[in-house]
Amino acid sequence: MTELTEEKTIDAADGKVWSQGFIKGMTEEGEQLSDLNPESGPLGGSAVKAHSHGDSHGGGVGVPDSSRAGRLTSYKLADFPLITGREEDWRFTPLKRLRGLDRVGVKGQQLDGPAPAVEVTKPDAVTVETVGRGDARIGRAGIPEDRVAAAAWENFAEATVVTLPAEYQGTAEDVTTLTLTGAGTTPAASHILVHAKQFATGVVVLDHRGTAVLSENVEILVEDGANLTVVSIQDWDDDAVHASAQHIQVGRDAKVKHVVINLGGNLLRTTPSARYAGTGAEVEMYGLYFADAGQHLEQRLFVDHSTNNCKSRVTYKGALQGDGAHAVWIGDVLIRKAAEGTDTYEMNRNLILTQGARADSVPNLEIETGMIEGAGHASATGRFDDEQLFYLQARGIPEDVARRLVVRGFLNEVIQHIKVPALEERMREAVERELAAGTL
Amino acid sequence: MSTLEIKDLHVSITTEQGVKNILKGVSLTIKTGETHAIMGPNGSGKSTLASTIAGHPRYTVDSGSITLDGEDVLAMTVDQRARAGLFLAMQYPVEIPGVTMTNFLRTAKTAIDGEAPKLRTWTKDVKEAMAQLRIEPEFAQRNVNEGFSGGEKKRHEILQLELLKPKFAILDETDSGLDVDALKVVSEGVNRAIAEGGLGTMLITHYTRILRYIKPDFVHVFVDGNIAEQGGPELADRLEDEGYDRYLADAQATA
Repeated sequence: MTELTEEKTIDAADGKVWSQGFIKGMTEEGEQLSDLNPESGPLGGSAVKAHSHGDSHGGGVGVPDSSRAGRLTSYKLADFPLITGREEDWRFTPLKRLRGLDRVGVKGQQLDGPAPAVEVTKPDAVTVETVGRGDARIGRAGIPEDRVAAAAWENFAEATVVTLPAEYQGTAEDVTTLTLTGAGTTPAASHILVHAKQFATGVVVLDHRGTAVLSENVEILVEDGANLTVVSIQDWDDDAVHASAQHIQVGRDAKVKHVVINLGGNLLRTTPSARYAGTGAEVEMYGLYFADAGQHLEQRLFVDHSTNNCKSRVTYKGALQGDGAHAVWIGDVLIRKAAEGTDTYEMNRNLILTQGARADSVPNLEIETGMIEGAGHASATGRFDDEQLFYLQARGIPEDVARRLVVRGFLNEVIQHIKVPALEERMREAVERELAAGTL
Repeated sequence: MSTLEIKDLHVSITTEQGVKNILKGVSLTIKTGETHAIMGPNGSGKSTLASTIAGHPRYTVDSGSITLDGEDVLAMTVDQRARAGLFLAMQYPVEIPGVTMTNFLRTAKTAIDGEAPKLRTWTKDVKEAMAQLRIEPEFAQRNVNEGFSGGEKKRHEILQLELLKPKFAILDETDSGLDVDALKVVSEGVNRAIAEGGLGTMLITHYTRILRYIKPDFVHVFVDGNIAEQGGPELADRLEDEGYDRYLADAQATA
């Protein structure tokens, strides 16, 4: 049995700031770095800095001044420096597999492929429109925080706008679904806005399929008193590359449940961020991923508590199997000085099913005020190994049943929170399919 | 009545230093209704015998046989052995993430019986068995062994013994690491399983302490991969007084 567990919690009473040190066993991976790097050794330049330990304040991994509050945001591609692969934000991403999404504007790299085809099923009251770049509603919920998202913002041709009208009462049965089918491997940009007006309630599903090399911005605008669930499913074909920046803005007393399901694709990089526009708001973020051989599934979250008396809960769970399966989870939570009464907890759990798979999990919590309800995080990576299998088999349970028992039980904790019956069923089937596809 | 028969068993493991022979010709026959204590110093091969019977992949059987009522146990997979009626209470029970005790126990019971247990009686049985072993009800919703203390893990092993009702129970140092109170609770559980009838027990222990609570019919002393001496309960008393030094001196003298 091998259980690698790291649990850290901070309670409001002692108000201590804890920041994650450099990850044990983590190395700078030269083969992941961009071709754009100047010729230098693997420990040149910023890599050395990334290794410095020091007394870091304000979070970030090993980089003393990397408070999440200070990260550059801009709609303009030109404002962002070229990505080298040595940045904290990119150090886990195999840039060479991004198929140019990281290098838009360099050496003639374009981002002009056709965006995924959008097919819509929806209740009558919900509107779905295709609008031009100039539409006034675009840009209200978010702003790119990395070069790839900025490139998508500059290059999308049309946006899809989903609107839940004020006081609309949708249920888990009348879901709005956008099926987004990739249009091929020419690098493309897309833009989606999901807008829940005041006191609207409903569920919106973004269902990504087919094959694509896609950089996407999703804006999720939740007005005061609204209660919105957004489920983003990435069930692409094996060769797909998808960077999705999902910008959530939640209004006063509003609630949003954001669910990320990462299953299919060669490289998925999903970066949800949540910001509060008013007090009393609640954000729940769930994630489920299942990384197979050769898949890189990266989830980077940011919850920015800038307003008082807001709540956030983050629960991400992933299973990994096969050679080169790699999952990355980064959970940044920032509690700013004004965010008194904040209540936050984030959790990531990984289950490694076979040799050759790797999970990186880094929770970061920055707290600028002691006047909070609670703040904590937990991260653990467990391994399903021969000893566990032996234990279950020694109780009469056959090997295939034993593996399913463990994986189902593990992922079910997230699935049961989706609360959309049709989707829950589909997720259970998807997990079964992943299990069957493995060499189990 | 069933019989578990071990004949001239030779077992080795492969380590970085090469192949190491651990069991060197063990023969032992246990019938249902009998309780056998296997005692011996550390490294004598007691736990290897337990793990080999259960089918742990780390151990290689070089020669000899294990049969259950004439059926070749060595030809069975680990789960087949359990379904045939063998139960190993582990020395170090492992944690299973994502699987609650409730789910685990029901799945194991279903696998062993070949059909799902009747829900009402099963729930009642589990509750009762847990209460008798002084296991708090909330453990039913916790993941298997996750965050359990050493004593809690051992009590859950005996819980499984009582619920799965095997023909032969091999208790691998179930007493080690237990305080006196926990030892009593665990011993009572084993005695209940024995009293129900139809259970053969192989009680592997380093210490004589547990034999005050669980009375063996036979005592076997294990030294250097083989049985050095066999006898009745009086042999355990003698070991309590003298320890293992006598056997170890013999083993060194013959080595």
